[in-house]
Amino acid sequence: MADPKPQILVTGAAGALAQRLIQLLKKDYRVVAVDFRRRPELGRDIPSYGIDFNHRGFEDILRHHELAGVIHLGRILAYESSPYRRYNANVLGARHLLDFCRQYRVAPVLVLSTFHVYGATPYNPAPLDEEAPLKASELTLDLVDSVELENLANVYLWRYPELSITILRPCHIVGPGMGNSMSLLLSQRVAPMLAGFSPLMQFIHVDDMARAFRLAFQQNQPGIYNVAPQDWIPYQEALAECGCALLPLPSIPSLAPYLISRLLGWKSFPSYLLNYFKYPVVIDGGLFERTFSFQPRQSLATIFAEYRRRKEIGAGERRMAYRD
Amino acid sequence: MRLKTLLKQVLVTPELEAQVDAIPKAVGSYGYDPWGFNREGFKIGLAIFKWLYDHYFRVEAHGLEHVPPRGRALIIPNHSGQLPLDGALIGVALAINPHGPRAARAMLERFLPTVPFVGNLLNELGGAIGDPLNCRRMLEAEEAVIVFPEGVRGSGKLYSQRYQLQRFGTGFMHLAIDCQAPIVPVGVVGCEETMPSLADIRPLARLLNLPYFPLTVPVPLPARVILHFGEPMAFAKQESDTEEEISRKVEQVKRAIRTLIKRGLAERKGVF
Repeated sequence: MADPKPQILVTGAAGALAQRLIQLLKKDYRVVAVDFRRRPELGRDIPSYGIDFNHRGFEDILRHHELAGVIHLGRILAYESSPYRRYNANVLGARHLLDFCRQYRVAPVLVLSTFHVYGATPYNPAPLDEEAPLKASELTLDLVDSVELENLANVYLWRYPELSITILRPCHIVGPGMGNSMSLLLSQRVAPMLAGFSPLMQFIHVDDMARAFRLAFQQNQPGIYNVAPQDWIPYQEALAECGCALLPLPSIPSLAPYLISRLLGWKSFPSYLLNYFKYPVVIDGGLFERTFSFQPRQSLATIFAEYRRRKEIGAGERRMAYRD
Repeated sequence: MRLKTLLKQVLVTPELEAQVDAIPKAVGSYGYDPWGFNREGFKIGLAIFKWLYDHYFRVEAHGLEHVPPRGRALIIPNHSGQLPLDGALIGVALAINPHGPRAARAMLERFLPTVPFVGNLLNELGGAIGDPLNCRRMLEAEEAVIVFPEGVRGSGKLYSQRYQLQRFGTGFMHLAIDCQAPIVPVGVVGCEETMPSLADIRPLARLLNLPYFPLTVPVPLPARVILHFGEPMAFAKQESDTEEEISRKVEQVKRAIRTLIKRGLAERKGVF
């Protein structure tokens, strides 16, 4: 007998967030996993595909699986590819996905965005709600694809209400397996910072973010939502809590850290994100909390302790290897 | 962080610590709020500025009973002295107010967050960029917010213009009416003499991306400062609130501040 559970498509399935989310969804849904980087390894019971959304074969996935929704987490990060390929994958690929959803009447659709879209400027008020202007592309062309993806999802949200689009804009998602810039930084023994600047930041644990997606999918209340805890910590203090030694970079003139980052090719402290290490982008996650009765379970202290512990384990293993 | 602990141990007395801890403030698990206020940082800042308040500027504060001990309020003073010392001294007066201490917020000039170290430091002490949205959110969170409606026009004016109120922005009045926040006018006397500016070196200001560059003394002079807090002024929302009407209401506040400044100047026996 066929499994009566509804089937949903999760993109970016090779990533840590998607894998946590899939574990949460497995009980109530059958999951189809897709990633344009590589075929995700998720076990026999989960059909998985490594395919570019712009590839003709992608449509076959929607054609062959009767889907009851899509959770679109797939995104090529800025350090992973060229701006051209990133735009193709992140923006044009998302447009294909949304068009196929319309064609095959697949809804609801959840889209992962990022707080980066607000842009880090010295004039940002706090906390930024969902109606604040998206200024990221004014500051750096490397974030154009993030803003364009948001704009695209926004257009589809209002033009095609039958897609029931929900866009989630989380703060820094951190925790085991996360490969974004911030998670890489917190994992390092020595982390760069701009001398004289320690912007306030917000962090959400990958498990909490996976829960947020499950709630948003189950409750289906289309719209745009920031996702962030009502808790804040300056960047330098977060690094210290994670057991990182601070490496101060000159912040004046502003070209100096930019050149250092470019020359060293830092993935974790990329030149196009430097403003985010200078000025705070504090977002208001209140609307999401109220709409979906959501509260993060992992405190900042727990998140940082995890990073610290992993460093201690790493140091212990190195000491053992040295003795051997 | 270690420096902060050390400074706290050296500077913050148990009495001051207990006083600040008694001030209600919604902060997260690491003691910060969304604008960067930090209770421990505030204690250190208060300890330093309280010493300056008591021993260097020998501040006399009158009318502190007019400041609401809780709930939203806009504190509107005249601005002077090149550096925001007037804001810091008003902040100390409010934090040690025997009628109900408050950790007031201050709206900062927009260039300050771009200055290394200064922006973060002022945030920890309760400052936030002077954006109407910040002010509205703070009032909605029942904070007392210090706003200088003259902005850089007031702080950067020359010594020859001392005690002459410059043009007031009207944003604070809109916020007071929209958020139904009482306005407490403050007359500051003495800060004009802390850093008397003889000229504004504009090319240097432009080069350093600063709003002004005063030709003045290298460190603030120890002028005596007198603060007069006036009675709270309430402005109800009216259908007829055109920009002209708002300007009239702003003029009422300016008149109240002028009266308080005159009172301070009359009481002052000497500049130093």
